[in-house]
Amino acid sequence: MAQIIVTLALYLVLVIPMGTYLYHIAAGEKTFADPVFNRVDNAIYKVCRITREGMNWKQYTLHLLMTNAVMVGVGYLVLRLQSVLLANPNQIEGMEPTLSFNTIISFMTNTNLQHYSGESGLSYLSQMLVIIFMMFTSAATGYAACMAFCRGLAGKRKDVGNFYEDVVRIVTRVLVPISIIGGLLLIWQGVPETFQANQTIETIEGKLQDLAMGPVAALEIIKHLGTNGGGFFGANSTTPFENPTIITNLIELYSMMILPGACVIVFGKMTRKRKKEEGRQKRCIFGNQGRTIFAAMSILFLVGLTLCFFSESAGNPVMEAAGVSQSMGSMEGKEVRFGVAQSALFTTTTTSFTTGTVNNMHDTLTPLGGMVPLLHMMLNCVFGGKGVGLMNMIMYVILAVFLCGLMIGRTPEYLGKKIEGKEMKLVALVLIIHPLLILGFSALAVATSGGLAGITNEGFHGLTQVLYEFASSAANNGSGFEGLADNTYFWNITTGLAMFFGRYVAIVAQLAIAGSLLAKKRVNETVGTLRTDNTIFVIILVAVVYIFAALTFFPALALGPIAEHLTLWMS
Amino acid sequence: MARQEKRTKFITQDILKSSLIGAFQKLDPRYMVKNPVMFVVEVGFAVALLLTIAPTLFGDESSLRIYNGIVAFILFVTVLFANFAESVAEGRGKAQAETLKKTKKDTMATLLAKDGTEKVIHASELKKGDVVIVRTGEMIPNDGEVIEGIASVDESAITGESAPVTREAGGDFSSVTGGTTVVSDWLKVRITSEPGQSFLDRMISLVEGASRQKTPNEIALGILLISLTIIFMIVVVTLYFFAGYSGAKIPIATMIALLVCLIPTTIGGLLSAIGIAGMDRVTRFNVIAMSGKAVEACGDVDTMILDKTGTITYGNRLAADFRPVEGKSKEDLIDYSVMTSLCDTTPEGKSVVELGRTLGTRIGDGAKDQMEFVEFTAQTKMSGVNLADGTQVRKGASEAIQEYVRAKGGQIPKDLNGIVSEISTLGGTPLVVCVEGKIYGVIYLKDTVKPGLRERFERLREIGIKTIMCTGDNPLTAATIAKEAGVDGFIAECKPEDKITEIQKEQAEGKIVAMTGDGTNDAPALAQADVGLAMNSGTTAAKEAANMVDLDSDPTKILEVVEIGKQLLITRGSLTTFSIANDVAKYFAIIPAMFTMVIPQMEILNIMHLSTPFSAILSALIFNAVIIPCLIPIAMRGVKYKPMRSEKMLIKNIGIYGLGGIIVPFIGIKLIDLIVTPFLAMIGL
Repeated sequence: MAQIIVTLALYLVLVIPMGTYLYHIAAGEKTFADPVFNRVDNAIYKVCRITREGMNWKQYTLHLLMTNAVMVGVGYLVLRLQSVLLANPNQIEGMEPTLSFNTIISFMTNTNLQHYSGESGLSYLSQMLVIIFMMFTSAATGYAACMAFCRGLAGKRKDVGNFYEDVVRIVTRVLVPISIIGGLLLIWQGVPETFQANQTIETIEGKLQDLAMGPVAALEIIKHLGTNGGGFFGANSTTPFENPTIITNLIELYSMMILPGACVIVFGKMTRKRKKEEGRQKRCIFGNQGRTIFAAMSILFLVGLTLCFFSESAGNPVMEAAGVSQSMGSMEGKEVRFGVAQSALFTTTTTSFTTGTVNNMHDTLTPLGGMVPLLHMMLNCVFGGKGVGLMNMIMYVILAVFLCGLMIGRTPEYLGKKIEGKEMKLVALVLIIHPLLILGFSALAVATSGGLAGITNEGFHGLTQVLYEFASSAANNGSGFEGLADNTYFWNITTGLAMFFGRYVAIVAQLAIAGSLLAKKRVNETVGTLRTDNTIFVIILVAVVYIFAALTFFPALALGPIAEHLTLWMS
Repeated sequence: MARQEKRTKFITQDILKSSLIGAFQKLDPRYMVKNPVMFVVEVGFAVALLLTIAPTLFGDESSLRIYNGIVAFILFVTVLFANFAESVAEGRGKAQAETLKKTKKDTMATLLAKDGTEKVIHASELKKGDVVIVRTGEMIPNDGEVIEGIASVDESAITGESAPVTREAGGDFSSVTGGTTVVSDWLKVRITSEPGQSFLDRMISLVEGASRQKTPNEIALGILLISLTIIFMIVVVTLYFFAGYSGAKIPIATMIALLVCLIPTTIGGLLSAIGIAGMDRVTRFNVIAMSGKAVEACGDVDTMILDKTGTITYGNRLAADFRPVEGKSKEDLIDYSVMTSLCDTTPEGKSVVELGRTLGTRIGDGAKDQMEFVEFTAQTKMSGVNLADGTQVRKGASEAIQEYVRAKGGQIPKDLNGIVSEISTLGGTPLVVCVEGKIYGVIYLKDTVKPGLRERFERLREIGIKTIMCTGDNPLTAATIAKEAGVDGFIAECKPEDKITEIQKEQAEGKIVAMTGDGTNDAPALAQADVGLAMNSGTTAAKEAANMVDLDSDPTKILEVVEIGKQLLITRGSLTTFSIANDVAKYFAIIPAMFTMVIPQMEILNIMHLSTPFSAILSALIFNAVIIPCLIPIAMRGVKYKPMRSEKMLIKNIGIYGLGGIIVPFIGIKLIDLIVTPFLAMIGL
């Protein structure tokens, strides 16, 4: 317990300077590193002929989608043709079409759902040119969209920014430098970074074992920093080569938490009131609006973490009855070097921040412990990955504002802009698409033989596996509950579609909301206006998120983890 | 000033009858589809009905016939309740419209041809631009502009005000409304509206709700409700498959019951009733809103531009104080002032007597008989009385009285000019009182702020509304009144253009502006304002430009109208929150009931201890139905509204309708369960 508290306290210390730095980058303000990066960026702009003109939301979205489409095309070819391309010391075959489709969508959408095993399914070229490359670009895409969204809501300029400029600045000034530093730290702790082929060694038992290797550290750091989550190896961050020590565990934890949290700070700083800026610039850490959202996300996170931690600590009564001591909590599927506390923290974090990396087997979590990651992916707004979580949270904010605004006798407004039919339509689209993908595909899976074939556990746990797989896809999380035999046509195609629609429908709708609000006339703020920066609103926001999620997902959860929990503890 | 809304019983026998009929008529699916939430319920009813006739249609067991029948019946009642709510709201408007329609009898009109010949035709044949002549006792056939003549017109049919008003060609009193009667003299009127388009016609259709269009906020809320309905359809349909996977066979009727319980039927059923009732509350107030949008905009008003005269002050200068000159007692001054005014019927004169009485004058009404009244004339600029003994008591403008006193050989007190100029600078009117050659002092007449306004402006400030006073007075006078009334700002020496400039300035800052006005020159400003309340006594142009018309021509009403607008939005938001919050309890009733058969441990979620799965589902469904009529009174009257800070109001309403919305159904469903269990046991469920 104490180590969780210390870990989180340290996070708060780290996230604030990061948020400020990210704000300076997004707003184009001066930073200490400008002398170096300005030259790098200008060179890139020149070579790529990027004009850096402001775009409206439609142009921004179009450029975002087209860029992503080109990357998907190139990446798909590399995966299919990897057997004949360079850097393939382990003689990996080309990837099968539906699996390639699934993989390329998975990495472009920042999901990193893996239906392959890295060590046997990808060449080193594919790892670098497809996987690692997309880990940078998909994260940058998400952050760029988030920055454009924040600009639209802040309404301080006429456009939402330039997509290419945003992507370049985020990659050169945030992702690459931090990856280099973090990667070196990981190498220092023993994570391999090599182009050598796999090694076969003789173990102390006298048997032979293949040791999978490769450029792991490079992937490992961006995997977390970009909230990607796709492991170099199939077992992800549970393996000692990806996550050898408690220090690497912390590095990975912090690097996946830092940018989503920083995004909220950027939002807060961007939407600060104009008046203050005219006068003497007061120092602010979060900005009023950002503080509300950060607080609401933190509450959701802590509630989930507490549930997960205590559920895991309570252990498994069936194991207890079988004579396995549960005094350390439920250790099934967990690494001894991390224990229950770091595992619960990592599990909650990876699904809240939609990274999808795992340091323990989620399939073997206790029912309620496993429900927490599932629920947080269903909410998809507890910090969330690469800025998308912030945008999703704003959808709930708009919903809360709509109800609360009416209850004080005014037509609803947020950040000085009226919320009307058009915005509600787009918010509704985002709110509908998520349960539609998760519940719809899950129902399809349990009703068809193609889907049922993948379920390896009978009963309630099987349903949880299915729900988890689609929640992970739709939320662009990518963590696997595992235990699902998922490299089949059915699963490759359905999860591929869930990832695709989960990502792009939401982003387009959200940018449209930003564009629509940007175009609106700012309305006056008086004491009669609904305040969205106080404690009451935080509480209301948390309640709205829980009630909406509960109303949407409760029946499914009742038949999955809740039923499993009840049968486990009450029989 | 606090005007009480005309309290009528919110439902009468007639309305009840017509609403019941209306509730059935609205079952027509073509009508229901306009309200998607309730349409889903109706479709659910149709399916349940089908399953009552053929229980095995979708593979359910045939023993469920009775259960399906009960579900179908409750769904049917749910739809009826929602339709009933809407009908009641419409019924109240219709009753109002009936009264108006009575005035719209088939009138005859005397058409005046170009060559001067007269021709009697039906009013409905009149076209825009025709000229008619209306004589004493005749009804004005349609809206128009007086082009010749002057007459008294009885407008009680529209305003309810029995005193006739004067209408004449030119100026601000040239517009006449169809349906009003000329009571003396004659008018030549140019018709300004096509038949069926007159003010009265529009009022009737507005009040009836026939031309009701959804407001922007209603549309946005409608979208929210539809998307919730879609989400819950996804939830219920997919749950059918999940349950199948888990080995639970759930009857179709139960799935329908779950869906209907979850979708926001409470607000879905009451939404249009709330909107109609909001308009109706405004109408009961004798204000006709041209659209629901206007009422809604009222809730958002940030700034109110108010005319000083008529709105903030009475417009007449009334006695406020008596200021004796040096050497004269105040009592004497009061007595003589009252004496001069006893027979004076002007508001100023009456106010002097009134103030004198309050201050304890010794002069009674009987004194009137012993004196001779000297009326005010433009030449003398004074009025007064000659007492029985011939003493001349006069009051009047300072110069006139001074001249008069000098002529009588009297002295002018040294401090007189000081008092007079002090009163003038304060914006008041000094009336000097003298008896023969002796000046006693000055009556301080001033524009009086209507009582209670200060407190109301205070309340408005609390909810964030700024008030700006417009007046033609000089800045000093304006400042005095502004301070007294407690408005936030004022525009002195205000011309009509200034009002527009001010409105535009406020709007540029993103504020929603409300204003009242009556004259033609107010029309552009009324059109520019987001909420424009025109006085019925005003010109047609002003009424056309405004989005609300006050039939009583009382500009202070804008304050109430704003509160009604807020109340409308609060009612909508509160009931939506209540409706959504209700779902929590319904889940706790239905989910365990659905699954305890296959997962006995689910019983632990049955925290209300509902007796059987059937009773649990039916209780939730019955609660869902009866809550609609239970909330009709709130929908009609609106949620109680008291101006307070936004945070306080939010906490209060969230407490009542949010938390209340979670708790009430737990109690309600449990109670219904206790009642229905024995009945269900009798029929074997």
